[in-house]
Amino acid sequence: MLLARIVGTVVATRKDPRLVGSKMLLARAVDPDGKNEGNHLVAIDTVDAGVGDTVLIVSGSSARMAVGMKDMPVDAVVVGVVDHVDVPE
Amino acid sequence: MQIGRVIGGVVATRKQPGFDGITLLLVQPLGPSREPQGRPIVAVDSVGAGVGEDVFFVRGKEASFPFHPTEVPADAGIVGILDYWTLGER
Repeated sequence: MLLARIVGTVVATRKDPRLVGSKMLLARAVDPDGKNEGNHLVAIDTVDAGVGDTVLIVSGSSARMAVGMKDMPVDAVVVGVVDHVDVPE
Repeated sequence: MQIGRVIGGVVATRKQPGFDGITLLLVQPLGPSREPQGRPIVAVDSVGAGVGEDVFFVRGKEASFPFHPTEVPADAGIVGILDYWTLGER
């Protein structure tokens, strides 16, 4: 899974019918310290995440194993809201 | 599989139910000279790995197999702790 920060929302009216009712978020990959931001990606939200949250995103076919994502045309799903990251030095 | 080093842990209270009771660890993938290679990833742990240990991990849906029949929505999972590893001549 990758660490990312939610940076926005995505709205699409015309889309695959299976995606109707899904909340789509714009996320940006981050390092464990929350910096060095990387790629942007669109992810489906399953944990009520919001802009500013640090989240866990599962990618690829594993994304469809999340509850409610069976048979959905998705490859990135927000599966957790990160409370904190512990990196002992 | 890929080699990496456990560099930390991730705590998430609000998460998919499949993750309940499962440890999430931060793994830094390593290159052949044991140098960090790419961004650290978050992996589920099925072998009891700890910070500082070198491990090997799988990517993709296979990451959830150790927890079968629980459906864990994970795309990276630690499946072994390395005792040691060598490259080239002994």
